[in-house]
Amino acid sequence: MAKLKLACYWAASCGGCDVAILDLNERILQVADLADIVFWPIAVDFKHHDVEAMPDKSIDFCLFNGAVRNSEQEEIARLLRDKSKIMVAFGSCAHLGGIPGLANFGNRTQIFERLYLEAQSNDNLDKTIPQTSSKVSEGELELPEFYDTVKALNQVVEVDYYVPGCPPPVPIISKVIDAIASQKLPPKGSVFASDKSLCDECPRTKGEKRIKKLYRPHEIIPNPEQCLLEQGILCMGPATRGGCGALCIKANMPCRGCFGPLPSVSDQGAKMLSALASIYDIDIKDEVAMAQMVEEVVDIAGSFYRFCLPTALINRRRM
Amino acid sequence: MKKSGFEPKILAFCCNWCSYAGADLAGTSRIQYAPNVRVIRVMCSGRIDPTFILRAFQVGVDGVLILGCHPGDCHYIDGNYKTARRIHMLKKMLSQLGIEDDRLRLDWVSAAEGKRFASIINDMTERIRALGPFVR
Repeated sequence: MAKLKLACYWAASCGGCDVAILDLNERILQVADLADIVFWPIAVDFKHHDVEAMPDKSIDFCLFNGAVRNSEQEEIARLLRDKSKIMVAFGSCAHLGGIPGLANFGNRTQIFERLYLEAQSNDNLDKTIPQTSSKVSEGELELPEFYDTVKALNQVVEVDYYVPGCPPPVPIISKVIDAIASQKLPPKGSVFASDKSLCDECPRTKGEKRIKKLYRPHEIIPNPEQCLLEQGILCMGPATRGGCGALCIKANMPCRGCFGPLPSVSDQGAKMLSALASIYDIDIKDEVAMAQMVEEVVDIAGSFYRFCLPTALINRRRM
Repeated sequence: MKKSGFEPKILAFCCNWCSYAGADLAGTSRIQYAPNVRVIRVMCSGRIDPTFILRAFQVGVDGVLILGCHPGDCHYIDGNYKTARRIHMLKKMLSQLGIEDDRLRLDWVSAAEGKRFASIINDMTERIRALGPFVR
């Protein structure tokens, strides 16, 4: 069999997904046996124009990580879509919008003001902010356009498969590589994870859930045997797809929801809100307690939509 | 759209045991109220998933009204208590998403309160009219 052609790209991401691929350790050699890397900015020295020169659908699979928030990322997403047979949204940002998606609580103007004008570490007396084109003595310089709204990959191009996680755990990456190598691919649109919630695979003991108060992780040392929600720690498990192996839970940390909503759920944040409000054991006529409940979940929307705001039903703040 | 020509579209979820019967009473008593409301009957206000509310806004409703039994009167004992906590939390979340507080309202209407049902609908309609259409 001819070797497969593999492309990887990072758009609006932190680079953790690329490192996750390298975390395959010795299995990366199998990947190298299986596939030729034709484009991977973090690892190999092929350029944009090298990809442009390839015939359409000549890349067998593309692992695309990161959200899309500027015109360059969108252009490369479209280019790689044209050149690839299989497009994989790799990691939470490409899958759901991820942490960069939280920028949808603001817009470009607010983000630029904060980053380039207000941030204490800035040294920007000329109050320069990025422009799509600027004239300098050598000629005109161009920068990609920064969008107001962050998008997940499938809001820009057609996506064949989703690999969730921030970053995707190594066993799941192995599963993807095996599926591609053996040509035993699941139906298009599949997410490489469990179809059940994280609670289903969580090893902790679970009883009836009633909480009076919510604690932030640093305020309490949780019992490692008991359900974290029952101990008053905001754990996104009930509203989050399983398949990660409960990594955070095993480290005594609550789930933050990076695997996204369950298969039939359109809005992870709404589901988590529903679950959490249901187990609060407070009197609704006690206004003080009700106000306190809302304050205890510090940054409700940011916590419940931590990884999925761009793909939520209301996918950005109305400005 | 001119604001004067704006007719709010309001979605009301009414629980089967109290509020829907209250709406029925408003009808059989021939009480006049604003025609801006579309009613969906649910067995209990506790059935209302916050997803329904977000979906309603997403598809272009201007306001969402949740009506349930008065506290203590829930046919399922504590469904409306859960709803109250959910809506309270959801309102905070909606404010972070830039959705005005008046666009979502939770209230209690018993089966005997046809008049109250009508006055809530009228009040909600006027509040939404003042806010203008919900533009995503």
